Amino acid sequence: MIAAETNRESLSPESLSIDEFLARELNKDLLRFSTAGSVDDGKSTLIGRLLYDARGIYDDQLDSIRKSKVNRSSGAIDFSLLTDGLRAEREQGITIDVAYRYFSTPRRKFIIADTPGHEQYTRNMATGASTAQLAIVLVDARNGVLPQTRRHATISALLGIPRLVLAVNKMDLVDYSREVFEKIRSDFFAFTSDFGFEEIQPIPISALEGENVARRGGQMHWYGGPALLEYLETVPVSEDTRSRPLRFPVQYVIRPDQHFRGYAGQIASGTLRVGDRVAVLPSGQSSRVASITTFDGDMQSAHAPMSVTVTLEDERDISRGDMLTHLDDQPYVSRRFEANLVWMTEDPLAAGRSLLLKHSAQQVSARVHSIESRLDIGTMERKPAATLSLNDIGTVRIDASRPIFFDRYRDNRLTGAFILIDPLTNSTVGAGMIQSAVRRQTVDLGHVTPEERYARNGHGPALLALANGPLALRLERRLFDHGCQVIAAAQGAHTAALYAAGLIVISPSFTGERAIDLNHLPLPGDEEAAVDAIMAYLEQNGILATDRFSSGEGI
Amino acid sequence: MPSLSHLRTLEAESIHILREVAAEFARPVMLYSIGKDSSVMLRLAQKAFYPGRIPFPLLHVDTTYKFKEMIEFRDWYPASIGADLRVYVNREARDAGANPVTLGTAKCCGLLKTRALLNALSEGGYDAAFGGARRDEEKSRAKERIYSFRDQYGQWDPKNQRPELWNVFNSRIDKGQSIRVFPLSNWTELDVWHYIHLENIPVVPLYFAKPRPMVVRGGSLIPPEHNVIPLLPGEAPQMVMCRMRSLGCTPCTGAIRSEAATVPAIIEELLRFRRSERENRIIDHDQEGSMELKKREGYF
Repeated sequence: MIAAETNRESLSPESLSIDEFLARELNKDLLRFSTAGSVDDGKSTLIGRLLYDARGIYDDQLDSIRKSKVNRSSGAIDFSLLTDGLRAEREQGITIDVAYRYFSTPRRKFIIADTPGHEQYTRNMATGASTAQLAIVLVDARNGVLPQTRRHATISALLGIPRLVLAVNKMDLVDYSREVFEKIRSDFFAFTSDFGFEEIQPIPISALEGENVARRGGQMHWYGGPALLEYLETVPVSEDTRSRPLRFPVQYVIRPDQHFRGYAGQIASGTLRVGDRVAVLPSGQSSRVASITTFDGDMQSAHAPMSVTVTLEDERDISRGDMLTHLDDQPYVSRRFEANLVWMTEDPLAAGRSLLLKHSAQQVSARVHSIESRLDIGTMERKPAATLSLNDIGTVRIDASRPIFFDRYRDNRLTGAFILIDPLTNSTVGAGMIQSAVRRQTVDLGHVTPEERYARNGHGPALLALANGPLALRLERRLFDHGCQVIAAAQGAHTAALYAAGLIVISPSFTGERAIDLNHLPLPGDEEAAVDAIMAYLEQNGILATDRFSSGEGI
Repeated sequence: MPSLSHLRTLEAESIHILREVAAEFARPVMLYSIGKDSSVMLRLAQKAFYPGRIPFPLLHVDTTYKFKEMIEFRDWYPASIGADLRVYVNREARDAGANPVTLGTAKCCGLLKTRALLNALSEGGYDAAFGGARRDEEKSRAKERIYSFRDQYGQWDPKNQRPELWNVFNSRIDKGQSIRVFPLSNWTELDVWHYIHLENIPVVPLYFAKPRPMVVRGGSLIPPEHNVIPLLPGEAPQMVMCRMRSLGCTPCTGAIRSEAATVPAIIEELLRFRRSERENRIIDHDQEGSMELKKREGYF
């Protein structure tokens, strides 16, 4: 028998056999939450207390903490030392990065993304918030709502966290005053009323004394709500993504032999069943789900967030970056969209900058068309801005070199999110949340320039001479599927016009200095491989702006 | 509708990571340490690419101080599921007699593990290496990314980590640089054992309690195998009912007294016991923050 001493006694006074225990463990679900706050708010102390009270802290870790030379608190155990991991942080006495912590109770497993609170660490806060289903915003009862409180709430809302806990800490230092708590609560609700949170739960606590952390304390009889841990254990786990429209980004193509061609991925939202009619984006072709294959056997249906492998009834040319959806409820398909962007690097962002954009399993080149506004967290106003600096949050318009399939971030946190990568340093420099597709640009006066065509098409014009007819059609298909303006046609009087329009024109033969003769390229015999080689060649010659056209295929 | 259980959620996320790396890197490799975490990682790789084969090799960096049972398991299990296992030994250092007693654990690990690992990765031209490390193991690991960028010397800069949001991973690297990938980042030791139980995954028998010859010194149980730790006067191996909580090299891995001979019994013991699993790893205790120092230098 296992005594319940390993978990919280108050919740499980019963004893269990190991089999009962294992069965229960198996059915536990998972809640990810983020915490934001500074050392002064007692955030590390709160987390240490949560772990301690949930008995998540191992005895020898406690031993090593008692031995440590640094002790910022006057009490016997400095809970904050349990969580501040890196040497630099220990020396400076502040948490500078996102740290992940784990604990569980009999009801649930928890993952904490512990993030720093100061303004200069907005990017870390955004990182921690990106996967969180709930956020704890910590306020020091003595100081009330501060600019950084607004920052935490704003970032939580922006990153789409549905639920907040307003934890008013250090109640012991304000004599557990109800008035202090109520004042902070109403201040907080006043500025978050239109943030769109599903629920905000205010809880007065003392992390140091353990009041209202694991269990309701004796000092605040006037408080009738749940203790923090009690709330965390019972709050519904996020929105139910499996009833949303199906989004299945193809991550990897599994082709162990000629008889099996499976599309592997993690279902971002929705439910997929054998026999479902699905659309393949971007080609728009449709087929039916023939099987859902897993190591543990075939399944009749699968739902988010499972990782599965799907086969279709018809042979389709599907590769990494494509997406399967149901026919009736499709995502936006666009190269242009407007997004909220958190800028994460020293070097400021200005309009016109070219970057790599990674969205779901797609990576494309993109250009920041314009910076529409910058958010002033102090006043919550969006103001015009020419640049975004490190830790700024702004609204930008993005032009991607080929269409991506997305939902608005507020509707789908996975298909609405993207990161921006600097192609020179390879750093992740921005995190974006798509607000809407941009259907029409503001009218630009003057002739359309080749540069504008290039920016729209994501490729330059080309005249490709390729006498092999079937290969030409296959190449046309591949280029088209990747969003290129392309036509395979006989050479004629209009060729020059097509070229001027920025198209890639494929014809059996071309003459003239602009023509690229593919007929003399050393191409592999296999058609698929030949197309791969031509794509690579077009990239090398600067016709195609994007890279990695051919990655992620097959085994 | 009930939510997906935490284990199945973790499983789905880990599979996503494995596939993402296989799709975006030219030459991935899976570091295979023979331990329970590697066993779980290997099962997840089987699942990720089923019905195909695992599209990358496994690599074991062998210090030659491993337990005999570990090597037997290594030579049997991966082959039995069709995985391609490669073994690398820093022969030069080993032939020069590197051992933790004369060199100290830090230097010995540096040569036989860290240096060997870096050599093996560079000789193999691997641009991504999976490791089974978990964030709950040790404080400095709590801040490590799932994709952990390493410069051309294999080193980690904790102050210059790439932000990692949602499940979107940045796989861009320049030639010579690499990424260490930790698909089990969000798993805890308990999750690992629970998954082994749920999936019936084979693990090295050393994890299970039985009477074994051990040198008893203070509270420590030192395995006499490989015989590099000199015995003190009056010391001799004696039979002790014990098991290994984590597997490393024989001179630096102590056993714990235990009766737990099955996976459920181990889970039960873990919960009662609540001692941190790396506690019996001598290497972490050299100095405070020692894991972080090793990682900066290129250790996993």
